[in-house]
Amino acid sequence: MTAPLIISGPHTHSKFSVTETMIAVMLCLTPATALGFYMFGLPAILLFAVTIASALLFEALCLALAARPVGRALSDGSAILTGWILAMTLPPWAPWWIGTVGAFIAIVLGKHVYGGLGQNPFNPAMVARAMLLVALPVPMTMWVLPAPLLSPGAPDLGAALAITFGTPPADIDSVSAASTLGHVGAALDGGRTLDRILPETFDLHRLFFGNVPGSMGETSALLLLVGGVFLAAMRIIRLNIPLAVLGSAAALSGLLHLIDPGQFPSPLWHLSSGALMFCAFFIATDYVTSPVSGVGQLIYGAGIGLLVVVIRTWGSFPEGVAFAVLLMNACTPLIDTYTRPRIFGRDRRGRPLKIDEGDAP
Amino acid sequence: MIEAVATMSALGLGLGTILGVAARRFHVETPPIVDEIEAQLPGTNCGQCGFPGCRGAAEAVAEGAAPVTLCPPGGREVAVTLAEITGAEPPGSGGTGQDAEPVVAFIFEDHCTGCTKCFKRCPTDAIIGAAKQIHTVVNDACIGCDACVAVCPTEAIILRTKPRTLRNWHWPKPGTPADATL
Amino acid sequence: MSLISLSALRRTAGAFAGRGGIHPETRKYLSADSPIEAMPLPSILRVPLQQHIGAEAVPVVARGDQVLKGQLIGKARGPVSANVHAPTSGKVIAVGYFAAPHPSGLPVSTITIRPDGADRWGARLPRLVPEQATPDEIADHVKQAGIVGMGGATFPSAVKLDLRKRFALKTLIINGAECEPYLTCDDRLMREFSEELADGIAIMARALGVEQVIVAIESNKPQAIEAMQRRMLAIGCPARVTRVPTLYPMGSEKHLVQAVTGLETPARALTAELGVVVHNAATAYAVHLALRYGEPLISRVLTVSGFGVTRPANVKVLIGTLVAEILDHCGGLDGTPDRLLLGGPMMGLPIRSQRVPVIKGTNGILALQKSETRRHREMPCIRCGGCIKVCPCGLMPMEMHGMIQAGDLDKAVDIGLLDCVACGSCSFNCPSNIQLVQSFNYAKGRLAFQQSQKHQQEETKRLAETRKARMDAIAEAKRQAMARRKAEMAARKKREAETETPAVPAPAPTAERTG
Repeated sequence: MTAPLIISGPHTHSKFSVTETMIAVMLCLTPATALGFYMFGLPAILLFAVTIASALLFEALCLALAARPVGRALSDGSAILTGWILAMTLPPWAPWWIGTVGAFIAIVLGKHVYGGLGQNPFNPAMVARAMLLVALPVPMTMWVLPAPLLSPGAPDLGAALAITFGTPPADIDSVSAASTLGHVGAALDGGRTLDRILPETFDLHRLFFGNVPGSMGETSALLLLVGGVFLAAMRIIRLNIPLAVLGSAAALSGLLHLIDPGQFPSPLWHLSSGALMFCAFFIATDYVTSPVSGVGQLIYGAGIGLLVVVIRTWGSFPEGVAFAVLLMNACTPLIDTYTRPRIFGRDRRGRPLKIDEGDAP
Repeated sequence: MIEAVATMSALGLGLGTILGVAARRFHVETPPIVDEIEAQLPGTNCGQCGFPGCRGAAEAVAEGAAPVTLCPPGGREVAVTLAEITGAEPPGSGGTGQDAEPVVAFIFEDHCTGCTKCFKRCPTDAIIGAAKQIHTVVNDACIGCDACVAVCPTEAIILRTKPRTLRNWHWPKPGTPADATL
Repeated sequence: MSLISLSALRRTAGAFAGRGGIHPETRKYLSADSPIEAMPLPSILRVPLQQHIGAEAVPVVARGDQVLKGQLIGKARGPVSANVHAPTSGKVIAVGYFAAPHPSGLPVSTITIRPDGADRWGARLPRLVPEQATPDEIADHVKQAGIVGMGGATFPSAVKLDLRKRFALKTLIINGAECEPYLTCDDRLMREFSEELADGIAIMARALGVEQVIVAIESNKPQAIEAMQRRMLAIGCPARVTRVPTLYPMGSEKHLVQAVTGLETPARALTAELGVVVHNAATAYAVHLALRYGEPLISRVLTVSGFGVTRPANVKVLIGTLVAEILDHCGGLDGTPDRLLLGGPMMGLPIRSQRVPVIKGTNGILALQKSETRRHREMPCIRCGGCIKVCPCGLMPMEMHGMIQAGDLDKAVDIGLLDCVACGSCSFNCPSNIQLVQSFNYAKGRLAFQQSQKHQQEETKRLAETRKARMDAIAEAKRQAMARRKAEMAARKKREAETETPAVPAPAPTAERTG
């Protein structure tokens, strides 16, 4: 026969591949991304393009340095997806070099330093986001009010190029605004109570549909939810992680809200604001850095949900998704070790089952 | 200043004394590992390692004068066990010899005169036959030690890789060319 | 709410205690509607003496002998072995080594018969009325007939029938799951020969002394289920057909037992310890032929299928028929197939040559085109967990693979390598096309090799010791003989000296030495 190797079975395959998985995730991200493009206009599109292009460039460089086939590995789509997710977490009007530096951190420091696809312990996009946030707090928190494409307030191409590649126009401050989380956090620190603050910014309807300041991935909880449900329906992800993240976040914030509604916002506010929804479906579910067993995924997801609420409530950063994900990434090997599935015919500790005499059929 | 130096010196002296006493008092005689090593060797005294018998080889390994991979009949198994005993670097797969295909002796019957020299030398009685009759090798018993090859007056014995059969065949490691394993 | 309802919609494999199993494309439609056809006598038969698990049979015919159909040509050696019979009448033209139907293509001891075309029966097995025979007699008859498990494992059936001596058996499960894609031979057998099968099942039930019989058939074979259901009354003890979900690897013995009875067989144990014995449907047919007609196992039904075959079919062939002749019978190959397999696409073995025979355990010949086979392009593991999700044994294939790649076989064993049944679900589902099963097969083979090396070393040591003991004994004997001879010599000399010079006193040297 033509096969030069002795190949063991199975000789048939499910036709499910890494590339298809990556493409499916991107497809599910498309609605939320498109809304982000619409809301934040041309600068957001430019930044998105720059980030993904940089990610591809760094991926190619690393592969070439490691003397691995560049074309083949590039086509798996993992670098594009990392760049995409990173771009979704950046302020939409950030300058181009934020995207490029972020892509460098994600691809080189977050992934290839560990040996490339499948070897990295931490989510590359979150490594990049966390480092950028700590190193460059000002540009990373420069949020703008949505200025939908083609609306009178939206920048035209020239202005967009200037925002992304040149010096930002002097009047950028006029459109800048605090994200919901940042605003509430700052106001709470200022000693005001929620019943006073919330009416100023909090509009569940707007949060849910995305007409709020923030990064592209923080805007429309609804479209992200739709994408996530599609992802689960295509059986790319299991719902264990998303449900655990959202459930635990809702549970903890609900408990706090019951204790003192003046100090702690409601669970619905937590779920619909910030990057929690994005995290639950698209970041925490990253195959490489999450546990593999069902139970492990529940533990991992619950850890992220709780940490997000804790960081948002008591931490010094308004949003805690990146840190929560990284912390739980670090626990993944441990979770995997302790949540092995039970082997057929053996008990949880690996000993063969005992035959019960009264067990006969 | 002087106080500091004095304190440090006193401290050093005191601790040093304690350590010295402890070293003497709790000294553990390292168990002789020669016997343990010898127990792992085949005990055929075949001489392939170049040492006088398995005892000599065990002594050499214990002293570190010989590598753990010195025993060809023992193969990788023995090498790994010896590495465990001596704490030496376990044989990697990239090294020479230790993972090689096992070899066995093979007698060209045309050349065999039935002189019985070989089976007198065979350490495992793997050669069967009698005077003036053609000898054959029992593959399962042969350790490929070369002793018979050396004594054969007609050079009728060679070592060849153990023939593969359906019983000892196994799947190659994925990605290995099939020809390399056959 | 949508989340919850969607999660409920996910296909779960409830049959294997809520986990594992895959749904490969079955493609059984290719051959499911072709009735079983008998193949004309082939031009040559190559009958291997090793067609079963256990020891090779010993040839009892020599080159040049004339054999008759059904004549014993290879005799079972040892308790786990099986007889081999001549599939037709003809002349033995060779007794020697020939390429085995195996991926390695290594030679196996084979008897080659040139059929004379007459297909004349020799003496059949002795008559036995199963209704009056004792279980021992039935088991012995099955043993004489050389029947082995025909689902592919080829374990001698008589040994399995004898399990009643060691365990209290309650249930006989007939494995009609046929979960491998493409294969339809058991399906056709159950549809067309349900009466004969029921008879074979009844005989086996009697031999095993079980209380009930369950025929397990996957839900994608409604006609077979219906056909078998009609015959259940004929079996004589409480018998029923159970429809099991279509889920690979339902045909795996321990998983089938769990799906049917809910009992989980402990690791390293036999299902018989739970009172359950599983036999394949085709085996029941062979038992029927052996008991009712005295016909040993000399033919079997197999499926010829795949996009690479011109005319997919279910064919009854003689054991020893060459794959090439069977393919010719089915219209030959359609183009150059990517792979030629013996067995199903999940666990079947690739063969390199068409000039190998089919044996008792061969349930299919598949010629797969490129569009049907697995891709080779392997990518790094992305830890998606897909292999863990589908493993019916609850293992973590990706982790075991990693350990094997790193050369740490012992660690792989610690996390369950030896509990793997090599069903292939993990490789099937792997998005990175990692050859997990081959990795496990390699590791298992490697472990067996190490085991045998260890065994050989102990043997070597034992041999060396016996040799040393013998050499010592010889040396000791020589020394003693020498000493005895010396003593004799001395005594004789002394006697001679005494007879010659009786008056002379004892020789001085002795006195000197002692002094």
